[in-house]
Amino acid sequence: MTTQRTSGRRKQALAAAAAVAGLLTLAACGGGNDNGGSSSGAAGFDAANNKVAQADQVKKGGTLKFVSTQDADFWDTTRGYYGFMWDFARYYSRQLLTYKTAPGAEGAKLTPDLATGMPEVADGGKTYTFHLRDGITWEDGKPITSQDVKYGIERVWAQDVLSGGPIYIQQMLDPNNTYKGPYKDTSKDKLGLKAITTPDAKTIVFHLPKPNSDFEEVLAMVSASPVRQDKDTKAKYTLHPFSSGPYKFQSYSPGKGLVLVRNTNWKASSDPVRKAYPDKITLDISSNQNDSDQRLINGDYDIDASQTGLGPQARQIALKQHKGNLDNPVSGFIRYAVFPQTVKPFDNIHCRKAVIYAADHVSIQTARGGPIAGGDIGTNMLPPSVAGGEGQKYDPYQIAGANKNGNVNLAKQELKACGKPNGFSTTIAVRNNKAQEVATATSLQASLKKAGINADIYQYDGSQSSGIIGAPANVAKKKLGIIIMGWGPDFPTVQGYGLPLWDSHYILQSGNNNYAMIKDKTIDGLFDQYTATQDEAQKTSIATQINHKVSEGAYYLPFTFERLLNFRSSRVGNVYTSNAYSGYYDFVNLGLKSTK
Amino acid sequence: MTELSKSGAAVGEPTSTSPAPTSFLEVRDLKVHFPTDDGLVKSVDGLSFTLEKGKTLGIVGESGSGKSVTSLGIMGLHTAGQYGKRKARISGEIWLDGTELLSADPDEVRKLRGREMSMIFQDPLSALHPYYTIGQQIVEAYRIHHDVDKKTAKKRAVEMLDRVGIPQPDKRVDNYPHEFSGGMRQRAMIAMSLVNNPELLIADEPTTALDVTVQAQILDLIRDLQKEFGSAVIIITHDLGVVAELADDILVMYGGRCVERGPADKVFYEPRHPYTWGLLGSMPRLDREQQERLIPVKGSPPSLINIPSGCAFNPRCPYADVPKDNVTRTVRPELAEVGSRHWAACHMTQEQRERIWTEEIAPKL
Amino acid sequence: MGHRKTSGGPRSCGGPLAVLAYLIRRLFAAAVMLVVIILVVFCIFFLVPKWAGVDIASSFVGKQADPASVAAVREKLGLSDPIFVQVWHFFKGIFVGRTYAAGGDVTHCAAPCFGYSFRTEQDVWPVLTDRFPVTLGLALGAAVLWLVFGVAAGVLSALKRGSLWDRGAMVIALSGVSLPIYFTGLLSLAIFSYGLGWIDGKYVPLTDSFSGWLGGMILPWVTLAFLYAAMYARITRATMLEILGEDYIRTARAKGLKEQVVIGKHAMRSTMTPILTMLGMDLGALIGGAILTETTFSLPGLGQAVLNAIKTQDLPIILGVTLITSLAVLIANLVVDVLYAVIDPRVRLT
Repeated sequence: MTTQRTSGRRKQALAAAAAVAGLLTLAACGGGNDNGGSSSGAAGFDAANNKVAQADQVKKGGTLKFVSTQDADFWDTTRGYYGFMWDFARYYSRQLLTYKTAPGAEGAKLTPDLATGMPEVADGGKTYTFHLRDGITWEDGKPITSQDVKYGIERVWAQDVLSGGPIYIQQMLDPNNTYKGPYKDTSKDKLGLKAITTPDAKTIVFHLPKPNSDFEEVLAMVSASPVRQDKDTKAKYTLHPFSSGPYKFQSYSPGKGLVLVRNTNWKASSDPVRKAYPDKITLDISSNQNDSDQRLINGDYDIDASQTGLGPQARQIALKQHKGNLDNPVSGFIRYAVFPQTVKPFDNIHCRKAVIYAADHVSIQTARGGPIAGGDIGTNMLPPSVAGGEGQKYDPYQIAGANKNGNVNLAKQELKACGKPNGFSTTIAVRNNKAQEVATATSLQASLKKAGINADIYQYDGSQSSGIIGAPANVAKKKLGIIIMGWGPDFPTVQGYGLPLWDSHYILQSGNNNYAMIKDKTIDGLFDQYTATQDEAQKTSIATQINHKVSEGAYYLPFTFERLLNFRSSRVGNVYTSNAYSGYYDFVNLGLKSTK
Repeated sequence: MTELSKSGAAVGEPTSTSPAPTSFLEVRDLKVHFPTDDGLVKSVDGLSFTLEKGKTLGIVGESGSGKSVTSLGIMGLHTAGQYGKRKARISGEIWLDGTELLSADPDEVRKLRGREMSMIFQDPLSALHPYYTIGQQIVEAYRIHHDVDKKTAKKRAVEMLDRVGIPQPDKRVDNYPHEFSGGMRQRAMIAMSLVNNPELLIADEPTTALDVTVQAQILDLIRDLQKEFGSAVIIITHDLGVVAELADDILVMYGGRCVERGPADKVFYEPRHPYTWGLLGSMPRLDREQQERLIPVKGSPPSLINIPSGCAFNPRCPYADVPKDNVTRTVRPELAEVGSRHWAACHMTQEQRERIWTEEIAPKL
Repeated sequence: MGHRKTSGGPRSCGGPLAVLAYLIRRLFAAAVMLVVIILVVFCIFFLVPKWAGVDIASSFVGKQADPASVAAVREKLGLSDPIFVQVWHFFKGIFVGRTYAAGGDVTHCAAPCFGYSFRTEQDVWPVLTDRFPVTLGLALGAAVLWLVFGVAAGVLSALKRGSLWDRGAMVIALSGVSLPIYFTGLLSLAIFSYGLGWIDGKYVPLTDSFSGWLGGMILPWVTLAFLYAAMYARITRATMLEILGEDYIRTARAKGLKEQVVIGKHAMRSTMTPILTMLGMDLGALIGGAILTETTFSLPGLGQAVLNAIKTQDLPIILGVTLITSLAVLIANLVVDVLYAVIDPRVRLT
């Protein structure tokens, strides 16, 4: 559960680099026109946004070329936490369940992968049984067994060696953390985790102490991939994970690049999900966003692996000359300001509402980059890509409606109700390494002033978030009344998004994410109800209720439902965005239209 | 103008109106002017003299009188290496062994430098390249004008160092200038100047930077070498004492012009210009008591941009009012013969000067 | 006369033995300096965060660290030891290697062990040796260019002082000094790579293809050289003008030397002294990582490594690169001092 899964750094623009933008545009006019226009074969603007573009033109073979300005945190399936790593890891790893290779909301649905089918759920949601397919193999040709799956999952417990990665599965199977991980496991086969049993090589059974309706989503995370014990190089596994998928590591140099080649022992017949079109997949790490954007536009690369959108310069060029290569999907992220109730006067709901009404939402959207690069004005706190999210249809404070330019009168009424008719003073905390967040802080500061609310801006080192805004004592001491943040789902459900933000049990002394300090029994109860409910429709309805409760509490001022502006080269086909990966392209089934 | 052969001898008949001279070196009406932001600096303003082989000319004057500019003018160093700066304006004629240097091809003049004419500078420490050994520098000077290999040239350098009195020359040849004492450096400099047997040697304040005992040694050396090589020598100095025993002729410069010229004896014993008197008064002499202060010429040298009208020396001259009608301040005196091969530029009459010299000046010296 | 010095046959800056003694002394001093640098860097990286209340171990663990795993990582990294014990382990590691053990996982870092990156799960030393040649190639290639062009432009400017060429060259030099590398770098990429398409501009290791390497390096070289050539042109011009006024230049002319020799040999030799000093310092600093250039052109050198390391708080890499940088600067200083003595015989190596 983190905001750091993707780096917003890409959107940062060096002030001086902006000066070059014009020149770059000029230069691009010379070169860009040649491969743009008629012969481009681009699918068209938004052609892959929630739909599949050019699936029929894809041929087998060729080299698919990714570029990224940052490397993954880890390529070890247990340890990776970056969103794009989860998307990419499906090339070389398989799970019991995975997301459907389908566009948009359909892509957020689960489908069997290593398992023959969806699990047999028993015991009121406390027991999940899976059977493994035939013909599933490792890159050396040996079959993948249920023990391998169990061992892979056990590695999540070894946080002292395998730092990083999500631990939902540990929290669901062993909330008291009684198992010490496979490296300290005293049993001979190192399979001492009681919550998972493997009656035979083809069967695996999970025993949950308490039901959780999102357990299947958690099993679909790459951290639940199988790992073979004799190939487990522990901490160094991240340098060369042993493949269970259609591609295997040929070479990897941290911070420089990665090359995947076909895993010849992978059998298409055993894998209903992966098409494995290209022969080879490369990922180059580039340190200069302008450069990598230009090379994308020039066709040297096919896809930006980190999927954080084009930089400001390239965005202008691409929108003018290569619009047909762009998609502008809604990401799972919401950008917002949050009001800690421990900081006065935000203990009073009317003062919180006063800020929501006083804010000029259009200018905040502009500060985020406008409707295309920034996103739609956010009106509530559940991403539209998450089941139960309603998007702008649910707008209790008329943020995108009547009050979109700020409503000083309503704000003043709320201030009066709060007992602060003449306004008050507070502090806006913002990360100094996110240019757009600093810009939104400045914008917010200006509109609050009109209502008599004087806000100072406090910029802090973004890498130290957990110790600064994640420590409630510190927040209270520094009187950080408004914290600017962003959040995306780890898996596309209300639990995967909102549990750490809104559940009172998730208030921590350090690394806290419930910045608003919400202690609402109703919300806690709804989450409990949600995890105990197996019915999808009911789950969706509870998600909506939770969102309404949070919105009514006025703990948050949503800024935007973020949008991405991603570029796909004219060479790629079978391309679509997926809600399972926050609006990123689904990498695993991308193919090339020409293998030259 | 004349066409020049490589040796510098005139070929054919001179086409110039002024005929080629018979003297070894003849300078005619030499003017060296430097344009500056403040005005034209007339460093040398109409200088003429002759010099024969085997003879020594002493050019004497205060700093800024144009002595060094004259010598650099003869060497052609005002035009060589003038980068971007406003260039010196040089006019007149300099005849060296039948060749007129100012109108000659600069590259021909360059070939004469160091071979036909060479120069010794005031401060041998700054005049020698600090990064090359003495030997390297002498070898270079030799090989410019002689097509020999390095070994031969080095032998020649050792020979020259030996000749100028440097002990262990075969070892010292590999020393750097900073490893030499001041006198040794000047000896090395002299060795370098003479390595090509030049016919004209110009020594610009060769002893100024040296201490007194070394001064005498260097002057002796120059005299000995001159006898040996038979060169013409110009010694430039602000100190008459330096040239007293060395020079055949003496030329006294003031404000870019010659104020007195004649055989050394005459200039020393029958000087006919008040400025020369002043120089003689400021000359250190061995027979003088140490405590006795030297009498310098009062006042300071004239500005070369605004040279005083009339006689350039008039502001400092104690006898400026001796001639009538304020003529010293309005009319520039020309050089006039005051004896055999003896000229002086002064408005006072011969008699007046003779009287003042014998009655007022000479007894005090 | 002259007896003070007549015995001074050999050059007073000493024979080979004296030079060797000097070198040994200097190397020893450099080693001491390096130890001091290690101590200081250690203090900065391991003590300052402690004072600032930041837990290094937790930054290695990741997002969902529970206190137990943070403690385990702290143990594995030896962060709970006193600082001098940590420094001692570090030094020992350089010579005999080091073993990190925690949670049933043992990681051996072979000598010379300059630490272990828990971000990328690699020994620091191979990362440094992998990236060093890139930076070295960048620095040396650029240095050749800027020396040739900077010095030539400076000499020409000095010789044609006040001319249109001189003024033009100095204006360009001034702009070269003032324009940041990411501006000139992006501009050159925009024109030659994206625009005209003459150069691919993508880094290719020298071991893969020489022409590819040249193609990838030419723009960084030119960009970097432009910045430095500008500085060198200005210094060369000023020095040359000063040297041209020296007496020994007049002497050289009085010998009858051709003007080319006077400038090219006598004046240049003296002009080279300050230039070489600068070159040594600049190369030393550049070899430590030309961060901006490497970032702009995506060159996988030390500069990019340290930048990534800073972004991900990868302290061992930062420490390693800092040491390499310090070492490069120290060696550059030494080389400059020795060269100085080679050029200028007046300088004694003591």
